[in-house]
Amino acid sequence: MNLRGKAYIAGIHEHPTRKAEGITLAQIHAESAVGALADAGLTMADVDGYFCAGDAPGLGPLSMIEYMGLNNLTHVDSTDTGGSSYVIHVGHALEAIALGKCSVALITLAGRPRAEGMATGTAPRVYAADAPDVGFEAVYGPTVVNMYAMAAMRHRHQYGTTAEQLAWVKVAASHHAQHNEHAMLRKVVTVEDVVNSPMISDPLHRLDCCVISDGGGAIVVVSPEVAKSLGDRAVKILGHGEAVKHLNAGTIDITYTGGAISGPRAYEEAGVLPGDIKYASIYDSFTITVVETIEDLGFCPRGEGGAFVSDGNLIAGQGKLPFNTDGGGLCNNHPGNRGGLTKVLEAVRQVRGEAHPAVQVANCDLALAHGTGGSIATRMGSSTVILGRADA
Amino acid sequence: MSAAKTYMDPPINDESRAYWDGANDGKLLLKRCGDCGKTHFYPRVVCPHCQSSATEWYEASGDGTVYSYSVMRRSEIPFVIAYVTLAEGVTMMTNIVDCDPDAVAIDQAVKVTFKDSEGGQSIPMFTPA
Ligand SMILES: [Zn+2]
Repeated sequence: MNLRGKAYIAGIHEHPTRKAEGITLAQIHAESAVGALADAGLTMADVDGYFCAGDAPGLGPLSMIEYMGLNNLTHVDSTDTGGSSYVIHVGHALEAIALGKCSVALITLAGRPRAEGMATGTAPRVYAADAPDVGFEAVYGPTVVNMYAMAAMRHRHQYGTTAEQLAWVKVAASHHAQHNEHAMLRKVVTVEDVVNSPMISDPLHRLDCCVISDGGGAIVVVSPEVAKSLGDRAVKILGHGEAVKHLNAGTIDITYTGGAISGPRAYEEAGVLPGDIKYASIYDSFTITVVETIEDLGFCPRGEGGAFVSDGNLIAGQGKLPFNTDGGGLCNNHPGNRGGLTKVLEAVRQVRGEAHPAVQVANCDLALAHGTGGSIATRMGSSTVILGRADA
Repeated sequence: MSAAKTYMDPPINDESRAYWDGANDGKLLLKRCGDCGKTHFYPRVVCPHCQSSATEWYEASGDGTVYSYSVMRRSEIPFVIAYVTLAEGVTMMTNIVDCDPDAVAIDQAVKVTFKDSEGGQSIPMFTPA
């Protein structure tokens, strides 16, 4: 069933906080929701679908629904695939709206790892002690960063991807972040800055890693009828794909991501090709995440991601594929260690022509947002959405 | 080396107990399916290839090669995390131990060894062959 254009993104909001001292998780969810609904021209009373992931406090969506005073819900979804959850939620909202199960879907995210003093990337994290895989992995000290580092090491081995090529991803993000007043890291960095920053887990340096930040955001997805009633700012959802990739019984290949599966599904639904995309929000937990995902999404042949991202090719106004023009997770924001929602936000801004003028892509009628969740070197959830103007 | 790296006790359940008991006997155990004949990792009762529950334990040769690795520097004692592809064809997460971390390389031949966890459970690790 092709759902191209069966729903629109009518409102977005990015919570401005980057260190949530004195602000609770529930408050960030709710303030983000209020902001996105105001952006759309809607209110809580209009919301009949609610979507959240594991960052929401309470049992699934229940506590946040109560906190926000949602009383007209006909559909809920608390799918959690880590940082990619919110890109999946956009797709699931599209499905629910197309089936008539709801017409105004609210998606929220919040996190405060900084305020909580969490060593997000370098401390072992066990999501569920009773998961069947945990015993065979946790004893060896896997962390977020050393898992992505193993992917980078293997990619380097197979394809010759260098530290300098990975560094270009961060350089491009920093060029964009300088224009974002809310970005955590606004200083423009060079390839030398990245490769000379402290080694965290070979071959990833500190500046190959995303920021740890508090914050949140929200997205309002609506039916074509509701979108029409709200004016002409709504962004059309053209295609969606989701996939889970795992260790496949021990026959592993960590040189690609689930984007290799979710991307083609999204392109097919949208009826477009990678070369048609004017702007891409690509999950950037680490520089290697971007290099592998760019290959998976067909922006270059497999193994050539390192060369593709080099020499400013991801910088708006210079390169062939402007990416993460808000500064991305590498420089702007990675609320709650879950960067998928902010990826959708900047893609919406680009299609609306509301990105910062210094990074706005000219005539941006077609944009892509991609989320990665879990771990690139074990099991991950990937999701791709393709967005376009209302007339697309 | 002054301080030695410590290892957490693995959570053990009814599906994994034989694996860890085997490690305590100095054996790296794998599971093979009695129906489709394929080995899988991590070991589980239900074969992920054909969903049969007729899976059986057997002892691995202990030989493998490094598929990928990383030296984790942000740790009190830096350590090498790795994926090792066993001679039996499956790849498992592990640590490379008893060697210079900076001398580890992809495709390097390694063999199984065992280290005790904090609670005395033996854990399969690998060291240069
Ligand atoms: Zn089988």
